[in-house]
Amino acid sequence: MNESKIYIADIHPDLLGTYGDGGNAVVLAQRLKWRGMQAEIVKVNSQSPIPSSCDFYCLGGGEDAPQAQSAYELRKSGALNKAVESGAVVLGDGAGFQILGDSFAVGGTDLQPGVGILDVTSVKGLGPRSVGEVMAVGQEPAKGIYLSGYENHSGITLLGASVSALASVIHGNGNNPTDNTEGAVNGRVIGTYLHGPVLVRNPQLADLLLSWVVEDLAPLDDSEIEILRSQRFSSFNHNNKSNLRSIFDSIGQKLNL
Amino acid sequence: MTGNKRDYLNTMIFQPKIRLMLAVKVGSFISGLSRKMQMGEGAVVGGRIALKIEPDLLSLLSESKTSILVSGTNGKTTTTKLLSAALSSAGSVVSNSAGANMPAGLVAALWSAKAKDFAVLEVDEAHLGIVAPSVKPKVVVLLNLTRDQLDRVSEVRMLAKKWKDVLASIPKTVVVANSDDPIVVWAVKSSPKVLWAQVGHSWISDANGCPNCGGKINYSESEWHCSNCDLKKPSPQGYLDGNYFHLQDGTSYEINLSLPGRVNQSNAAMAAMAASIFGLDYKSCFESMQSLKQVAGRYDEVEIDGVRVRLLLAKNPAGWAEIFSFLSSDNIPVVIGINAQIADGKDPSWLWDVEFEKFADRFVVATGSRAYDLGVRLSYAEVPHEVEQDFVAAIKRANSSRVDFIGNYTAFQQLRSLAKKAYK
Ligand SMILES: [Zn+2]
Repeated sequence: MNESKIYIADIHPDLLGTYGDGGNAVVLAQRLKWRGMQAEIVKVNSQSPIPSSCDFYCLGGGEDAPQAQSAYELRKSGALNKAVESGAVVLGDGAGFQILGDSFAVGGTDLQPGVGILDVTSVKGLGPRSVGEVMAVGQEPAKGIYLSGYENHSGITLLGASVSALASVIHGNGNNPTDNTEGAVNGRVIGTYLHGPVLVRNPQLADLLLSWVVEDLAPLDDSEIEILRSQRFSSFNHNNKSNLRSIFDSIGQKLNL
Repeated sequence: MTGNKRDYLNTMIFQPKIRLMLAVKVGSFISGLSRKMQMGEGAVVGGRIALKIEPDLLSLLSESKTSILVSGTNGKTTTTKLLSAALSSAGSVVSNSAGANMPAGLVAALWSAKAKDFAVLEVDEAHLGIVAPSVKPKVVVLLNLTRDQLDRVSEVRMLAKKWKDVLASIPKTVVVANSDDPIVVWAVKSSPKVLWAQVGHSWISDANGCPNCGGKINYSESEWHCSNCDLKKPSPQGYLDGNYFHLQDGTSYEINLSLPGRVNQSNAAMAAMAASIFGLDYKSCFESMQSLKQVAGRYDEVEIDGVRVRLLLAKNPAGWAEIFSFLSSDNIPVVIGINAQIADGKDPSWLWDVEFEKFADRFVVATGSRAYDLGVRLSYAEVPHEVEQDFVAAIKRANSSRVDFIGNYTAFQQLRSLAKKAYK
């Protein structure tokens, strides 16, 4: 492949990508192009050969059956493991995060093997689905980056000894309802439950990933994104219950109508 | 004496007929009150209270009617209106207002009916499982099933499974279904009475994984099949080709609507197929449908602050795929309203599944409570745009005498109510 061009693989967009996750690859590509660099998104549909020489790999969220299919194909190919050994950056979110782990459960309770590049295990949660806005603060290597995103998952993920959490949850659930962790990092492999998509809402995280592959990232004008971020963060302080209609609705809910 | 009185009251309230009457009286009174207080159309709140008084209200009210249910992610409201127009030549028709498509809205539509022949009801796709066994419809029309409102209805396939189960419980019902949507086909194919309409499906991204086995679905020009199991496109009783709907018996009918776009021809074809079950001929069905010029404000042209605004609704990627197929090529500015209230779904990440790159040559104004989510999406798509959260200011910002306004559910309703005010 062309040495000066950065290749971003969008893995199995036909199986994963339920939450607009294709946006993560778009963000990486555009932030390179806007800085005068060459970038190309390589869409890798299921049942196609998976390249092992891309610089970035993005895996999105998906439903149970497609998730199992994607994990099966990735394991069989081995390309992702090979790419990680040669320094590629991998971002998985939702189902994609679970696929990167050692094992995960979909549907019933049987654990299926994942790709095994993150020391995490995901199982079906017994409690209610985690749905809603999340605010979290990054840990090493994303230290100090405030993360914004939307989570929607029933699975819970437990971190093993050889990974660290991507962030600590301030609002929302993250990996599980108990330990306040969100996502996982090991070297250049990152998993998270945040979508929105995650790199759209968090340009600093996008640039951190980019900085692992390219040098000299000039600053970009992110003012529009900053307004979006501040609105998302301030949404935790609002309870939009001021108008008559919602008062009427909430009375109805209290009376269980 | 007091004891007798209580017994008497108890007997009265537990008399089914009296409870039914009470439910309808109280419900319609509350609906009327809510309407007078300008809290929307009122149907839903009155319906909810009536259902508390008589939980069986839906099945009691639909007993005397010939019911047809219309469900799916996109096109429910339009198809319901087109079908109502077609059936109105055969008898009187009662129908629910757009959006009031859950049990409370349905009972409110049914109690306002007086000895109507047909009840044509739009049903929320997640509520078909509750509604269909109560209503026991003669016909169910199933248009498509794609992702919508990610935070609420989390898995398309879970919903399809619910459809499958409910259809098995009403085996006498005739199903009219879209043979081009693999998820619909999977949900419907074991029903005993199905009429398949091949009317296209503009959004296959949710259906790449087989709903039956998770395998890959291969698409070609005229058919699709799973590469792993036996799920495949059934052979249709009718198919849409250009402006014509062709039937298995070799006859063809031109569809000439006042509503724009290929998607509405698909809706019309499915509506006509449903009407044909009651003996109506396709030619007169399509003719009756011509009278429909707007659907609950959609495709309507209104004036807001001196600007001529065409109102369009798109609430998910599938809806947007249809919008792109008929937007005019004259490059008039587009104002896009995105909210994230409960009715819209609180997660607008689906904006990243819309090919906004197609607007590279157009000026776009992003508006609504989530205007900045859209603004950022447009920036990454390199679409020239501005962000203005206020609807009227956004329309002025387009700086043109004509604009197309495309809103998701509550944004559309909000703009529509602004237009009403401007006219008064
Ligand atoms: Zn299959």
